[in-house]
Amino acid sequence: MEIIKAHLNLDFVGKRYIAFAISGIGILITIVLLLVRGGPNYGVDFAGGVVIQVKLEKKHVPSEIREALKGTELQDSMIQEFGESGSLEYLIRLTNPDVGKAGLGDKAREVLSAKLGENVEIRQVEMVGPQVGDDLRRKALWAIFYATLMMSVYISGRFEHKWLMAAVMAGALIGATSVASLFGVGLLWLIFIGLFVSIALCWFMTLKYAMGAIVSLIHDVFITVGAFALTDREISISTVAALLTIVGYSLNDNIVIFDRIRENLGRMSRKPFLEIINTSINETLSRTILTGTTTLVVLVVLLIFGGPVIHDFAFALLVGIISGTYSSIYVASPILLLWEGKRPATAKGKKG
Amino acid sequence: MSTKLGWRAGIAAVLLIVSFIFLIPSLSKELPPWWSSLLPQERIHLGLDLQGGVHLILEVEARKALESHLERIVDDLRQDFRKNKLKYVEIKRNGLEGVELVLMRGEDQKVFEDLVKNNYPDFKLQTGGTSEKGMTFQLILNSSAATHLMKLAADQALETIRNRVDQFGVAEPDIRPQPNHRILIQLPGIKDAKRAIDLIGKTALLEFKLLDEENSLEEALKGNAPPGDEILYQFTTDRKTGRKATIPYLVKKRSPLTGESITDARVQLDNQYGEPYVSLSFDARGGRTFDRITGENIGKRLAIVLDNHVHSAPVIQDRISGGKAQITGHFTMEEAKDLAIVLRAGALPAPVKILEERTVGPSLGKDSIDQGFRSMVIGLSIILILVIIYYRLSGIIAAITLLLNIPFIMGGLAAFGATLTLPGIAGVILSIAMSVDANVLIYERIREELRLGKPPRAAMEAGFARALVTILDSNITTLIAALVLLQFGTGPIKGFAVTLTIGLISNVFTAVFMARIAFDYLYVTKRWKTISI
Repeated sequence: MEIIKAHLNLDFVGKRYIAFAISGIGILITIVLLLVRGGPNYGVDFAGGVVIQVKLEKKHVPSEIREALKGTELQDSMIQEFGESGSLEYLIRLTNPDVGKAGLGDKAREVLSAKLGENVEIRQVEMVGPQVGDDLRRKALWAIFYATLMMSVYISGRFEHKWLMAAVMAGALIGATSVASLFGVGLLWLIFIGLFVSIALCWFMTLKYAMGAIVSLIHDVFITVGAFALTDREISISTVAALLTIVGYSLNDNIVIFDRIRENLGRMSRKPFLEIINTSINETLSRTILTGTTTLVVLVVLLIFGGPVIHDFAFALLVGIISGTYSSIYVASPILLLWEGKRPATAKGKKG
Repeated sequence: MSTKLGWRAGIAAVLLIVSFIFLIPSLSKELPPWWSSLLPQERIHLGLDLQGGVHLILEVEARKALESHLERIVDDLRQDFRKNKLKYVEIKRNGLEGVELVLMRGEDQKVFEDLVKNNYPDFKLQTGGTSEKGMTFQLILNSSAATHLMKLAADQALETIRNRVDQFGVAEPDIRPQPNHRILIQLPGIKDAKRAIDLIGKTALLEFKLLDEENSLEEALKGNAPPGDEILYQFTTDRKTGRKATIPYLVKKRSPLTGESITDARVQLDNQYGEPYVSLSFDARGGRTFDRITGENIGKRLAIVLDNHVHSAPVIQDRISGGKAQITGHFTMEEAKDLAIVLRAGALPAPVKILEERTVGPSLGKDSIDQGFRSMVIGLSIILILVIIYYRLSGIIAAITLLLNIPFIMGGLAAFGATLTLPGIAGVILSIAMSVDANVLIYERIREELRLGKPPRAAMEAGFARALVTILDSNITTLIAALVLLQFGTGPIKGFAVTLTIGLISNVFTAVFMARIAFDYLYVTKRWKTISI
């Protein structure tokens, strides 16, 4: 069975300006949302605080529950329904770095069962004190930093076969961030600096594949964070894990297309670059759709059947992988065209 | 050619069998008697999010241990001064730095300096000034000694907590030290989280202090407590009315006897009411001290102080020389048991602060397992159907290799003693879905080669060869992400990273090596004419 007929030739690259516009709007929305809200919506993992998941016997309006908690440390917490509509589960959430106490779950159970007169079951408690919140934030940022570093190096080496360049890039990244950290710059800024340095190096060293890959990664992360902001979800450690996985998958996707482009560069060296890229994308389209579909199917199943605990994680992966597939075609590949005219003499350059 | 194929098929079969062998401990309730110690025993561990349990990160307040140590040094100095007939104006602790001391007579200086050099090698002696009061000296604790003391406190706290948890009876507790004087504790399968956390976090410092019944309690409450005395409170809850009361007591600060002298603590039942109480046994020295205190203070009250709260303050009826004492006071059986545990295991050298607590109730754990596995079954079924429809017979081969990933991944988890968490299950599902990619890359190449007119065997070989590089490449990047997560992740996230890593490796193996065996068999050995793809 074949969904994609052979010798299909859709013009992907020609539509790139529309794609740039769509991506641009997406990223803009993300930035605006982040600015308006003063930063990402950190969950208790990073902001500190406590989340208690309770199961009651009857349905309650959140304000009833908050009333019942009056007089305890939990009285100012946010109460929301959790899980499927009939589950009678609620989240008591207090994102306050000063609440670094243990045993709040039991306190909640005592108070609620007394005031509401029903059997209260504590399903889950997460309390993160301020020190651990800081630690987790730092760990997450280091993880992102190292992953970015290693992938930049790997891409430069693998695609440009310029391992020396890759070493230079690694050295420059480490150097730039060490200098910046001497000035007491926060980790988040270090990551931005790292990315900026990577992209600048790619530009100056004409590492176009690497640049295409890095830009598409940044795009995917922004879109995913934006989706979280749009749907009012919290960023927790599992979100960061999802982001790293998305980065890996998106690169994965880019590599398949890039490999084909390079192969075709050899075979179709007389054709214009734009055409080579288009052909490559078309040739790998079958694979892109199939793999994308299987991964998406599995994630949608996880979203529906996996239960509320893993829901946000699955959502992040879903958005990220859709974005990753899209970005390999519409972000990474067109960026290769930026160097039109600077290619080796065997090709006929065509202004893109 | 067929012998090479035979070898490869053999290797694949062996690996599969080995995986199953690693899995058997997890699948069966008991291992048969002939399962020797050479064969694997490890089960797959379930993470806290699937089993239920408690995860804690504690910080030992090591600085308080320094404080206590310095207070003890002050006491020791006072004793040494008496022994050597030196006179001091004042000796007191100076923050966390050391001890400040004012010597009364200048002539004593040489003796004093020798004393410090011989008995207090961890301290550096600094001269302050001389005033009408006397000569001021500072004993500064060496920073290496201070660091060592704090580390010792953290180590001791770890051991004490381990002791307590052992006595509490948890199936597979995980207690480990962390940097910055922290302790990581994981107690899987715990039903009563509150009790466990209380047991672990209690400092459990037991002290016996004499009540000061000569001086006025009211005066002391106004702020005029005599030197050497302090006010401690007792918290009571009336059993019948539930009314709480806070009762102040004026006690002498010095504790002639502490929990350090206890060798054993047991729960006994009262003869009259059957109420539980805790019976203590002292060591020889403690027994003598107790004998002396009770002998010298008959009729007076002795406060039993636990963590700076008065537990009870009974009147000393008699001299007690048996080296035994009782702590009574309306305990429930559980309260008595827990008190006995902490007294046996010993006090924590410094208080601990709970920095992170994650508790999962057992019902949520069970639900998560159910939901996780259900997603896996549904998701994988859909993928298998898709693959078979799209690639026909080759699709069936792909489907089989996809399914074979599962025993490999699970076997790998068992072999490494890794922990399966809910995100870990997601990792298994995700890695299998991504592994379809490898099959697709190979098959699309084969289709291209067939379109170019190549015969089946050549097309098949070309397809595998050309796809291999891309497969390896693309899996490496996801592997980098997984390895970074493995390094930095904790708990459930680490579980995800582990299954993703094992999954990616297993996936390359099944899609390339094992599928190739099937293909070689059909199109090389059996020489089928057309590829159903």
